[in-house]
Amino acid sequence: MFLTISTTGTPERPATDLGFLLHKHPDRAQTFSTAHGTAHVLYPEASAERCTAALLLEVDPVALVRRGRGKGRGGAPDAALAQYVNDRPYAASSLLAVALSTVFKSALRGVCNAMPERAASPLPLRIEIPAVPARGGAELVGKLFGPLGWTSVDARPVALDERFPQWGDSRYTHLVLEGELRLADALRQLYVLLPVLDGAKHYWVAPDEVDKLLRAGDGWLADHPEQKLITSRYLARRWSLTRQAMERLELVRLAEADDMEVEALDNAVVDDPAEGTEALADGTPYGSEDRTSPEGPGSSPGSPKGPNSSENSDGFDGLGSSGSSGSEAAAKEPSLADQRRDAILTALRDAGAGTVLDLGCGEGRLVQALLKDARFTRVVGVDVSVRALTIASRRLGLERLSERQAARVTLVQGALTYTDKRLKGYDAAVLSEVVEHVDPPRLPALEYAVFGAARPRTVLMTTPNAEYNVRWETLPAGHVRHSDHRFEWTREEFHGWADAVARRHGYTVAYLPVGPDDPEVGPPTQMAVFSRHEESDHQEGKAA
Amino acid sequence: MSDIPDTLADGATMTTAPDPVTRGLAVPDLSLVVLIGATGSGKSTFAASHFKPTQIVSSDFCRGLVADDENDQSASGDAFDVLHYIVAKRLAAGRLTVVDATNVQTESRKQLVRIAREHDVLPVAIVLDLPEEVCAARNEGRPDRAGMPRRVIKRHRAELRRSLRGLEREGFRKVHILRGEREVAAAGVVLERRYNDLTHLTGPFDIIGDVHGCRSELETLLGKLGYQDGVHPEGRTAVFVGDLVDRGPDSPGVLRLVMDMVESGNALCVPGNHENKLGRWLKGRKVQHTHGLAETVEQFEKEDDAFRARVREFIDGLVSHYVLDGGKLVVCHAGLPEKYHGRTSGRVRSHALYGETRGETDEFGLPVRYPWAEDYRGRAAVVYGHTPVPKTSWINNTICLDTGAVFGGRMTALRWPERELVDVPAERVWYEPARPLATEAPGVREGRPLDLADVRGSRTVETRHMGRLAVREENAAAALEVMSRFAVDPRLLAYLPPTMAPTATAAQDVAGGPFLEHPVEAFAQYRADGVDRVVCEEKHMGSRAVALVCRDEAVARERFGAAGVTGALHTRTGRPFFDDPAVTEQILERLRAAVTAAGLWAELGTDWLLLDAELMPWSLKATGLLRTQYAAVGAAAGAAFPAVTRALEAAVARGVEAGDLLAAQRGRASDAAAFTEAYRRYCWTTDGLDGVRLAPFQLLAVQGRSLAAVPHDQQLAWLDLLVEHDPTGLLQVTRRLIVDTGDEESVRGGVDWWLEMTERGGEGMVVKPLAALVRDAKGRLVQPGIKVRGREYLRIIYGPEYTRPENLQRLRNRFLGHKRSLALREYALGLEALDRMADGEPLWRVHEAVFAVLALESEPVDPRL
Repeated sequence: MFLTISTTGTPERPATDLGFLLHKHPDRAQTFSTAHGTAHVLYPEASAERCTAALLLEVDPVALVRRGRGKGRGGAPDAALAQYVNDRPYAASSLLAVALSTVFKSALRGVCNAMPERAASPLPLRIEIPAVPARGGAELVGKLFGPLGWTSVDARPVALDERFPQWGDSRYTHLVLEGELRLADALRQLYVLLPVLDGAKHYWVAPDEVDKLLRAGDGWLADHPEQKLITSRYLARRWSLTRQAMERLELVRLAEADDMEVEALDNAVVDDPAEGTEALADGTPYGSEDRTSPEGPGSSPGSPKGPNSSENSDGFDGLGSSGSSGSEAAAKEPSLADQRRDAILTALRDAGAGTVLDLGCGEGRLVQALLKDARFTRVVGVDVSVRALTIASRRLGLERLSERQAARVTLVQGALTYTDKRLKGYDAAVLSEVVEHVDPPRLPALEYAVFGAARPRTVLMTTPNAEYNVRWETLPAGHVRHSDHRFEWTREEFHGWADAVARRHGYTVAYLPVGPDDPEVGPPTQMAVFSRHEESDHQEGKAA
Repeated sequence: MSDIPDTLADGATMTTAPDPVTRGLAVPDLSLVVLIGATGSGKSTFAASHFKPTQIVSSDFCRGLVADDENDQSASGDAFDVLHYIVAKRLAAGRLTVVDATNVQTESRKQLVRIAREHDVLPVAIVLDLPEEVCAARNEGRPDRAGMPRRVIKRHRAELRRSLRGLEREGFRKVHILRGEREVAAAGVVLERRYNDLTHLTGPFDIIGDVHGCRSELETLLGKLGYQDGVHPEGRTAVFVGDLVDRGPDSPGVLRLVMDMVESGNALCVPGNHENKLGRWLKGRKVQHTHGLAETVEQFEKEDDAFRARVREFIDGLVSHYVLDGGKLVVCHAGLPEKYHGRTSGRVRSHALYGETRGETDEFGLPVRYPWAEDYRGRAAVVYGHTPVPKTSWINNTICLDTGAVFGGRMTALRWPERELVDVPAERVWYEPARPLATEAPGVREGRPLDLADVRGSRTVETRHMGRLAVREENAAAALEVMSRFAVDPRLLAYLPPTMAPTATAAQDVAGGPFLEHPVEAFAQYRADGVDRVVCEEKHMGSRAVALVCRDEAVARERFGAAGVTGALHTRTGRPFFDDPAVTEQILERLRAAVTAAGLWAELGTDWLLLDAELMPWSLKATGLLRTQYAAVGAAAGAAFPAVTRALEAAVARGVEAGDLLAAQRGRASDAAAFTEAYRRYCWTTDGLDGVRLAPFQLLAVQGRSLAAVPHDQQLAWLDLLVEHDPTGLLQVTRRLIVDTGDEESVRGGVDWWLEMTERGGEGMVVKPLAALVRDAKGRLVQPGIKVRGREYLRIIYGPEYTRPENLQRLRNRFLGHKRSLALREYALGLEALDRMADGEPLWRVHEAVFAVLALESEPVDPRL
């Protein structure tokens, strides 16, 4: 990882003053030991007219991996924490930022006893970083550095592999910044913005991140239009990514066995609330998606969510339908997720259900809502994603609940492609935004597990109405709302399936719209309410 | 349950070897023995002298467990909770259990009787009725009871005497009362075998489905099975699953034939619901003459009283189900869950005769039967009838043999232990069914559902080749996520490939080195394992793919229950290889054509086969990873180094002392370039199937047979045939070399072969014992393969700069133990899945092993190995 800082000068104010400002002599190659490798500072050119300082950080890839050792269960080096095939030795990431702050500590603070007036005034600067990892691409680089006083921000995307042009650009940009800035300001911008752009996985955690950000951001961060994004990325990523990695080590290994990214397997839940905000803020879908092809499934809008996970913020929820009076009006309306939850609660109350299964409970928002109503005496959240259940458990504060409340709720891992004896004997089951996450060939298994084996008296099912997709302005034609949707049904398709299921298993079924019921394309969400035939109840009662 | 006769043949037991000297107290070999007696009456002594210590659960002991004091009466409530819990666990496991407590109160006995009933075992009471003086004297002799007031004994005796009469009414099936010390001393316990326990009979058997008065068909079927006048020349035994009578033309004739065979010891028979009803009619009870009884009644008009009496006695003596052949076979009329096998209660008899209904009725007004076979997980095969089905099929090790002969279907028999089906067609429709025959046996209406309990949580899987293998809960949880969300239908997922261990790290001084991996170590390891001949197979660098190829859609439906496909192509975690099912079908079509042209269907006697293969290019499946990791690293390095070297060159030119640094950076730049070259070799563009290559390297299984133990030279011969007969260029041959691990020259040849291959950019090779499935001298399973990866390829694994001496030195220090163990365990589970499938075991059993492979793949192990 590498960067150069150049300045120009005149015989009166020679460019070589840069050496004083950086506290590094232009004629010597100097070496510094940092936490992740050896930093070298030297000057490729040093004349009165032009002076360039180069910072080269030699990262030791083996040591980088070994550092991860012992953090994983069993003490083995783990893929989630460490990769031998790693861009850290080449790309300008937070490691370079840390090296920058170590090697140019005084310069970063603007301290220069030799020539304080030079340090305090702007000088013509050219900063070149050949490989800046930028999650959000060259566009985001422009957005971040643009408002900071540079006359030119040139971020050129680097191709992934010129042999395979179809792979497109990498997430690296070749960055050249030119303008008149105080050296200390420029360095502090880099110190904050390199890791923010990188936004990738660092597993080192510093306890005083907020202080560092405030110090380094002094004078430029407060008025930065992307302040929210910068702050959330800078502060959120470390904690959440570390935790997230620890919570899914097993899945990481399975993904690795199959030459896949773990994000493709573990897409059942939103990674982290802070990240979610950011996704909205910078207008790009977060998570793995900006790293997959724009045509690929990953680029469809919406936040990741898995089968069995009735997660609550599909990408389009809360954005309002097109043609409505813009975002302000939309913001006042309850989100589609809220409307769906309300519709489900109403239907459960109408059915007189006391014991409820939330099959595909995701992060547990519906479970949380159910617990607020005492008539639901027993609530079981089932999801296949262990991480979703972990998040749900945190959300519900299961460990802090009173005994009485805790007795009402259980979270268990389960999968609807298997029958499950634990699910028998409940009044109602909810499958909210679940069925579309199941591959069509596996639907008969789900059908049997729910209607044949568990057989609750009432089954509520919600699923997107594909016809409504034309009303989402931002959704390209022919796309599904979420990358993990295996299909999206029209009203006719859903009714056809649900009617047949009801017939086969002795249920009646009614349909309700959720969200604005468009005269032409129907509501955004369709809901089916299945009720088991009363006669069978009667006979079952007799037999018991 | 009202129509269950009171005279339960099942409840009775056979007494064996009564001892003439002592008084034999008959105790069924599975029962709950409740000792009853006042304190000091000698229950513990009696129990200890007649039962095994582990069979006895004493209230004193339980009091000690919960209160540290066997005499702490205040702890009795908790103590009995514990006692009841232990008793229930033992009875559930089918173990004779003796309760050593006073049990003089009705309430305490009632609870024990309830627990016995819940587990369908018979409660037996043994009463020790000893004089107060004796009890008192005994307590005096025990320091911990010396102070016990006399009134306690008095109270106990009073309660005991009040109880004596009512014991049978309370539910005890046998009551033995021992009065006085002499009777106690003279008593001996005689264990009795249950009537339904015929585990000592090993057959062979011919189990015959519902007959319903079709005498002529029965005679034809018996003839076809080889019986001559009710006797099989090879000594086979016929077993009738009941419903001999009603609806058909000659119920008396059938009864006569069967009764003769049973009485002469050539047949066994369990009752069907129709026999039960006929028996009630014969006893003069009021029964409705529906469901074909009317016809039987009419036919019985012509029979004499002696025949009727004989039939009545015969039916009365029928036992609801039999456990045969060492417990491997259970025969009954309507099917039986495992917890009822060998048990004795009205509930068991009811299930055996009628099955279990769900309390719902179908559109024809007939009861909807509970699909018990779906839930069945027992190891014993359950053979039954009762529900007419058009075609028999095994479901979870159960099979229904009622193929509706009386309705014009077929009469079916199952040969045991051969598991062969023999059937004859009905001569005509003798009786019109009330509803059309079900399309499939009960429980398979929706396919063969798997239950979460088959895979969830911490489990052990019993394997033939490596014993019990444990799966940890967190690994099962991860596997569940992937299996349920991404994998193909479990019916099409018979196998997941095991991980493979690399060779031991190469010695530092190996010629041409340094190497991290080198073939000599692999050859040496096999030699140490006692494997002389190994085959080196070219390791293709793509993505693992397992292909299930069926001859046509009908075969896929018939054998695997899958609709609309002709097989499957999945990855090593069970995901469909291609998102588009049409592409999968195209590949299967090409494979199928090659199998057909090569004549392998006939040669292997199968209509489907399972192949392990590598699908190339790597970039086809691993694009995501290539883009985010491999190519990304190359791109970052490619962008950074030119700037770095330029800057350093300029600095050096200025006279800055950075020559060493420049040299080092040039070296790193060249490593990074080598890295990019390394991954590029495994990437090329494809268009549809153009450019796609599939290299099969093992035939895993065909119908009824696992081929995992077939030597690799035979395997490769088959696969070469396949490749030869593929005109499309999809299939790619796997190059190989056989090496003798004990021959220096041969080993050198192997090394050269590997060097030549890897220097040209090959990934490396896999060394396998030629004989495939091998054990070492100590009987341990030998690694089925060891990979030896090429020096350049390993850049993709260990990073661009791994060959630098300072890095290599540290990387040598790698730990292979866990990887090797994991590879063997996954291998054993994979073999197990294939063996279970070959043996026709239920889907859940195959799935259990496949699922365990996936779970193990999520164990923590160095991913670079």
